[in-house]
Amino acid sequence: MSNTLFDKVWDAHVIRKIEGGPDVLFIDRHLVHEVTSPVAFLGLKSRGIKVLYPDRTFATADHNTPTINQHLPVADPLSANQLDALETNSNEYGISYWGLGHQKNGIVHVIGPEYGITQPGATIVCGDSHTSTHGAFGAIAFGIGTSEVEMVLATQCIMQPKPKKMRITLNGKLGRGVVPKDAALFIISQLSTSGATGYFVEYAGEVFENMSMEGRMTVCNMSIEMGARGGMIAPDETTIDYVKGREFTPKGAAWDKALAYYKTLKSDADAVFDKEFTFDGSKIEPMITYGTNPGMGMGISHDIPDAGDVEGGAATYEKSLNYMGFHEGDHMLGKKVDYVFVGSCTNGRIEDFRAFTSLVKGKHKADGVTVWLVPGSHIVESQIREEGLLDILTEAGFTLRQPGCSACLAMNDDKVPAGKYAVSTSNRNFEGRQGPGARTMLASPLVAAAAAVTGKVTDPRELIEELV
Amino acid sequence: MAYDKFNILTSTAVPLPIENVDTDQIIPARFLKAIERVGFGDNLFRDWRYNSDNTPKKDFVLNNPTYSGKILVGGKNFGSGSSREHAAWAVYDYGFRCVVSSFFADIFKNNCLNIGVLPVQVSPGFLEKMFTAIIGDPKTEIEVNLPEQTITILPTGEKESFDISSYKKDNLTNGFDDIDYLLNIKSDIKEFAASLPL
Repeated sequence: MSNTLFDKVWDAHVIRKIEGGPDVLFIDRHLVHEVTSPVAFLGLKSRGIKVLYPDRTFATADHNTPTINQHLPVADPLSANQLDALETNSNEYGISYWGLGHQKNGIVHVIGPEYGITQPGATIVCGDSHTSTHGAFGAIAFGIGTSEVEMVLATQCIMQPKPKKMRITLNGKLGRGVVPKDAALFIISQLSTSGATGYFVEYAGEVFENMSMEGRMTVCNMSIEMGARGGMIAPDETTIDYVKGREFTPKGAAWDKALAYYKTLKSDADAVFDKEFTFDGSKIEPMITYGTNPGMGMGISHDIPDAGDVEGGAATYEKSLNYMGFHEGDHMLGKKVDYVFVGSCTNGRIEDFRAFTSLVKGKHKADGVTVWLVPGSHIVESQIREEGLLDILTEAGFTLRQPGCSACLAMNDDKVPAGKYAVSTSNRNFEGRQGPGARTMLASPLVAAAAAVTGKVTDPRELIEELV
Repeated sequence: MAYDKFNILTSTAVPLPIENVDTDQIIPARFLKAIERVGFGDNLFRDWRYNSDNTPKKDFVLNNPTYSGKILVGGKNFGSGSSREHAAWAVYDYGFRCVVSSFFADIFKNNCLNIGVLPVQVSPGFLEKMFTAIIGDPKTEIEVNLPEQTITILPTGEKESFDISSYKKDNLTNGFDDIDYLLNIKSDIKEFAASLPL
């Protein structure tokens, strides 16, 4: 029988199937953070039970943490309380906790892969929808709610109906100035914000085969933004090179065994998907969003479409453009930018900072633009220093903050003020996402860099001489 | 967490005919800092419901005393975005026991089912009929019958069936949750874990 990559990993983790109900799925790795876990731990307490497999559970603090002065006590008492709760719970239940100040602290979806917690063929969950990131390694990884966090803590299992399968093939090569984030925003603009709801996506084709692990993580990360529970890419040499030798990856004989397993992880040639899409990667432009969901994106040189040309109701569309202060037919190029945010589990990795730095090198931050550069982890932060990027950034008038989720969801102090425009490398442009009244335009690190040095929406291809 | 059993719900409804209502609208991230599940209803749709000075926005439906009830009727693709269960808690804590839409985001739907809020997916045509009926007469009563898996606009008798897995239906009608089920098969889980190749 021919199977998809998704079938192979899913079926290998099903403990039992319930008639007329979900599958009971065993979870290999459970990542925990401070926002969606406290009520789950309370649930364990009230039931009087322990964490079944503490060694399969990893906790970090990221959503609430400040990105400056991390050595000082957290000023917001509510945030501090939530961080304390995670530390206390982790200690009580024997879970490794990488809190603020810990060398391994960082965004949960950045550090998981960095330390080899994320492995091909594994099932991974976290109380965060961008858990889909880890699918880049050929893992089944998806976000869960707090009741499910409690469920996994208590039983290492989750009850889920098996999703349908979709394959998205991107052929050809990405053009100059076009990076993985553009591929993701392009796909979502084609499928809409709900086009993959009910599906698990496999990304295939030349574009993904040639993509780095960082790029694959960016694409899989954004799967949820078209409604998919997750996205995955078959592991190959690029994957194996990345995984090998990391702290939590198998070693010695166990590695040889793991490697043999990783090599089975691909869709069979005649595997059938419930839905397939194929696009030409060479046609993708640098992308930007103009509305209030990630499906409202387009090539940066285009004009904002008329309501009649987009899917969905006119009233919803009008509400969205009103919020953004935009109009049908507006050019996006040249629009004023007040804030630039580079970071998040989508684009907070070293490759993103390399791209940003390559464009701003020898230029200077535009007056009147506030730029937040937030690495996804301490490892990324160290790489930025060691590779000399920080010197270039400093010379160009930028400063580097400390790791955390930061302005992606603005739970800490990194909030874009009401009415201000932000070009953001994060994942969501929902109303108020980056602060009450904030107006977000999602884009790649290169588009962010172009905005940072010009103070307006700018096509990065105009500013780069060499191929990126 | 245990919740009230769900059987037949008859109530007026609150219409929110907006598409792609995301969980950041249902409960903005800055209200996710509690460590207990209390008070989330106060911040349901916070930024649509209140001005920045905390005065109510008169044109938002939750501030319109004409509409009330235990059923929230939303536009297509309700609950997209973040996995925060706080969104479902806010809906529940405000007093809704059922959300109706023509399409739900996956995680929000699961979260609702896990805490005893019934997500009812209807056809786009039936959703339009519901909006017309409720906005035409805010006293319109809707019956959600879980055992029969039907939803009825009572004054007109228009009715539609909805899907739910028999397992989840059983849970909701009895007030069970998944953890109760899983704790009962713990030995199977341990055996499975021990058999894993890696």
